[in-house]
Amino acid sequence: MSKVISLEEAVRQQVRDGDLVYAAGFTHLIPFAAGHEIIRQKKRYLTLARATPDLIYDQMVAAGCARKVIFSYMGNPGVGSLRIVRAEIEAGRLEWEEYSHFGMISRLQAGATGLPFMPMNPTAAGDLEKTNSNYQVVKDPYHGGDVVVVPPLKPDVAIVHVQRADADGNAQIWGIIGEQKEAAFAADRVILTAEEIVDESIIRSDPNRTLIPGFIVKAVCLVPHCAHPSYTQGYYDRDNDFYLKWDEISSDRQATLSYLDEWVYGIKDRDEYWQKLGSETHKRLKIDSRPSDTVDYGKY
Amino acid sequence: MADYTSPELLTINAARLLRDGDRVFVGVGLPNLACNLARRTHAPNLLMIYEAGVIGAQPARLPLSIGDPTLVSGALAVCSMYDIFAFYLQRGNVDVGFMGGAQIDRFGNINATVIGDYDHPKVRLPGSGGSMEIAAWANRCYLLTPHSRRRFPEKLDFRTSAGFLGGRAEREATNLRGGGMLAVVTDLGMLEPDDNGELVLTALHPGATVEQARENTGWQLKVADSLRTTQPPSAEELRILREDLDPQGIYLKGSA
Repeated sequence: MSKVISLEEAVRQQVRDGDLVYAAGFTHLIPFAAGHEIIRQKKRYLTLARATPDLIYDQMVAAGCARKVIFSYMGNPGVGSLRIVRAEIEAGRLEWEEYSHFGMISRLQAGATGLPFMPMNPTAAGDLEKTNSNYQVVKDPYHGGDVVVVPPLKPDVAIVHVQRADADGNAQIWGIIGEQKEAAFAADRVILTAEEIVDESIIRSDPNRTLIPGFIVKAVCLVPHCAHPSYTQGYYDRDNDFYLKWDEISSDRQATLSYLDEWVYGIKDRDEYWQKLGSETHKRLKIDSRPSDTVDYGKY
Repeated sequence: MADYTSPELLTINAARLLRDGDRVFVGVGLPNLACNLARRTHAPNLLMIYEAGVIGAQPARLPLSIGDPTLVSGALAVCSMYDIFAFYLQRGNVDVGFMGGAQIDRFGNINATVIGDYDHPKVRLPGSGGSMEIAAWANRCYLLTPHSRRRFPEKLDFRTSAGFLGGRAEREATNLRGGGMLAVVTDLGMLEPDDNGELVLTALHPGATVEQARENTGWQLKVADSLRTTQPPSAEELRILREDLDPQGIYLKGSA
């Protein structure tokens, strides 16, 4: 059964004010187009969870969508500070909840596997665990000693961008696979965006590459270039220049609002956004091909 | 005046700490350059692991972010974020971890979280990322930093990751699997832990003095009896860095 709808429709149906949203992707495949659609639809009071909030949450916080952020590394990767989230936290206007990467990802793992908590070895650092009561210490029932545990993270909505999916939402990812599978299984509802929607037979030709089965997916949206300024492995490059430029834009409130006006509110959808980026940018982000050797599953 | 920059000095001295065959949890910036330099000199079998879930990366260009696509193409393996922290780091499969952070204290504990009060931060820093676990579980941890009082305070505002805690005995009592902070490379020299786990000055770079190191350290810096002078960067090390690894000087420009 086809679940293919527009991203505009998917966000309207699946994202509600006050939701806990997890837009997945560790540097790779960050679904910026979905973030922009949420901004355009003026969703409010969201709790935005991501290991690295990245520019997508900086922009959503700037647009007033968020009540709270949950994160484990709040920086502009490779550039420096994530200025807007940081400024809102320093000003006491934005709630936050903080983990290490492993703590954050263990919460998702618990959510995705239906466990009441996830155990981790102690790190002895101590201070982060003191600030966040979701970190608890329990006794190892087999060997004695302490185990650090975190509770499940269960997003209302996970948004996952993929290279290709079929119309039912069976989805394949390659390159950095971060926490897409975990976010999808942990969430109540999954919005999938895809560079390409392919026939089910393509998915079936390489089943080991399927990270997300269609039956946990609510909506499938065809959104080429969804990830820009993040990237899609094998499709287009990360726009490092924009990550640097955002450092300037986000240091000034007026420049930030102008950016949102021009590139989010003033734009209908991702196709228009991509065209507006222009041929120079397209050329800069174009990559050469480097295909894998095919594998042979055999006929049985 | 030396004919190399301070980032070059840090990178070259960090590369020399790496051993052939080391499995290194790499960060972007200077640690990435140090690993690539080591691979091209004395450690051809060094294995680079990135917290984005990439094992055995052979980046063809300088990655700006820790999740750059160049890390993936041609790598040995790619896995999920949960797997990289659980199967690789927690299981004990990582030899070396490079740390970052705003402050480090005399026992190698690090603050990467906040300046001021946690709930009402004066300066909100990016936070742990992977550093809480790397500091605990990598066999050897290293830090590259400019030498300044701001970076080396008497007391941390927040302990994001564990060095030797209040001293070597305290860390040993926790049974953490990793060996802790084994060297801090600065633009003046090198600090290494003594028997008590306290970072002491063990080496000076050519031209640097004990007085400079003391002036720029927030605690009473002890000096090792066997204080060494590091070998100046070689022409070959500088050539590889400048011509092959960072030809645009993105990370290596800086005051000499």
